[in-house]
Amino acid sequence: MRKRNVISLLVTFSLLLLAGCQSKQNGQSVTAVGSSALQPLIEALAEQYSADHSGQFINVQGGGSGTGLSQIQSGAVQMGNSDLFAEEKAGIKADKLVDHRVAVVGITPVINKQLGIKNLTLTQLAKIFSGEIDNWQDVGGPDQPVVLVNRAQGSGTRTTFEQWVMKSRKTKPAQEQDSTGMVRSIVANTPGAISYLAFSYVDDSIAMVKLNGIAPTDENVMTNAWPIWSYEHVYTKGQPTGLTKRFLAYVLSDEVQHKQVGKMGYIPVAKMTVERSVDGTITKVK
Amino acid sequence: MDPIKASLLKKSRAAKSETRGKLISLFCISLIVFIVLAIFYFVASKGLATFFKDKINLGRFLTQSNWNPSLKDSHGRPEVGALPMIMGSFGVTFLAALLATPFAIGAGIFMTEISPKRGEKLLQPVMELLVGIPSVVYGFIGLSVIVPAVRHLFGGSGFGILAGTCVLFVMILPTVTSMTVDALKSVPRHYREASLALGATRWQTTWKVVLKAATPGILTGVVFGMARAFGEALAVQMVIGNAALLPHNLITPASTLTSVLTMGIGNTVMGSLANNALWSLALLLLLMSLLFNLLVRLIGRKGAMGR
Repeated sequence: MRKRNVISLLVTFSLLLLAGCQSKQNGQSVTAVGSSALQPLIEALAEQYSADHSGQFINVQGGGSGTGLSQIQSGAVQMGNSDLFAEEKAGIKADKLVDHRVAVVGITPVINKQLGIKNLTLTQLAKIFSGEIDNWQDVGGPDQPVVLVNRAQGSGTRTTFEQWVMKSRKTKPAQEQDSTGMVRSIVANTPGAISYLAFSYVDDSIAMVKLNGIAPTDENVMTNAWPIWSYEHVYTKGQPTGLTKRFLAYVLSDEVQHKQVGKMGYIPVAKMTVERSVDGTITKVK
Repeated sequence: MDPIKASLLKKSRAAKSETRGKLISLFCISLIVFIVLAIFYFVASKGLATFFKDKINLGRFLTQSNWNPSLKDSHGRPEVGALPMIMGSFGVTFLAALLATPFAIGAGIFMTEISPKRGEKLLQPVMELLVGIPSVVYGFIGLSVIVPAVRHLFGGSGFGILAGTCVLFVMILPTVTSMTVDALKSVPRHYREASLALGATRWQTTWKVVLKAATPGILTGVVFGMARAFGEALAVQMVIGNAALLPHNLITPASTLTSVLTMGIGNTVMGSLANNALWSLALLLLLMSLLFNLLVRLIGRKGAMGR
């Protein structure tokens, strides 16, 4: 009989545990998955939102833009974060998804500090990444081989960079890293290294480069004088409802856009004086 | 009914619990087999889609060296050449095994032949500790110690097969060593006694008798170590540089099957060619670990025949 007692005890316990899970889910929760570039912003906003509205949780996960888009397409999550337009990603049916642009991110080439190069032309930059220029001497730097550091294939930052810098040129196969932080530390420590980062990740350990004499600043992105930038998208499957809708409204509210977004190193969409469509056409915002 | 007849015809308590035990273990085994088969089916169905659905030539997949699944080459065929990753994986695996084996044999001989007491007290816990360290820690140490050291000594960025080999060497050393120790310990005592009685020195006994007899066991350990090195993803990915280039030397960035997998899977969409190509790499990894397992069995059988 003792054995039976143990078993019944176990069953009761597991039932209790399950019940516990149930009651915890009493509040509402939605999940956002995807772009690691957008993750810090959404995470911070989600935390704030949950603090203001008790019992409403927003889980935020990374995983990359590809994950975000494929998860939202399959309906596994409520929000899919992406650095890219859904139309740009192979295998995504964009017509089922609704785009919410929550911020803009500028991307800048960064180099090892010791190179001392302040300015490059767009063509020079493209030639460096395509391998046509493989020594810094050719662009007015010291006699040192170029060490390319790329982001992973298909990552949002890399796709944006290639779209606006490389255009028809092909990127030379080189070292790839899957996180921005890693790229930054490699560029900081490797003589002759060059890569690209979102503005929000730039710090003193590396040097930014001007392109055609234009500095990588938020102001220049707003006017499109600095061409390397992308929207940060949150995609929903169909129009958002319930908590997703309320959270997105919160993210897009003037208060959040003008305070938090700028503080976190992103650029509010409302401040852009131009609008860019999927195919790259620029139109002035009135 | 006659109580004696009844007790003879009815199943006894012991017999009942025996059947129950058999059923439970059968269930466990079939669950494991089912899981393994399901994994194989899943990986194979995804991985083979590259060849059947996207019509990629298997030969080109294994021999071409351009990896760019989202782009097409001049003939309009997608660039899915896995050769750089295959070379990278085998490169780091063999080099790490080559480096680890002498150390493992040396440590093994010390722990069994030369100083069993101190060996057990000192080396055993150290080896066990090395096994328990998570791979991300190895990767992090590699990134902050080995990569800068390689960069300092040989120039370049420091990322590459050499750094990967160094990290893997430390990671597989405990596996190979502990299996070597087991192999040496299992050499019967009378082999040593006979050899010493014939007038052989301790060195001659160790070198010509004990090591010879333990060779199959040591080889098994080496293969196990290689299997671990081949499948290691995180630590290698952190130090190898992840460039899908055919490795020309040991200090330029290269890539392995696992590193490309971990890098790419988050940036591709389920069902697209880029994603299927990654699954093909996963299938290749699975088949390789199967091969390593078969190799271990083969060595074990040969060793048993030699006895």
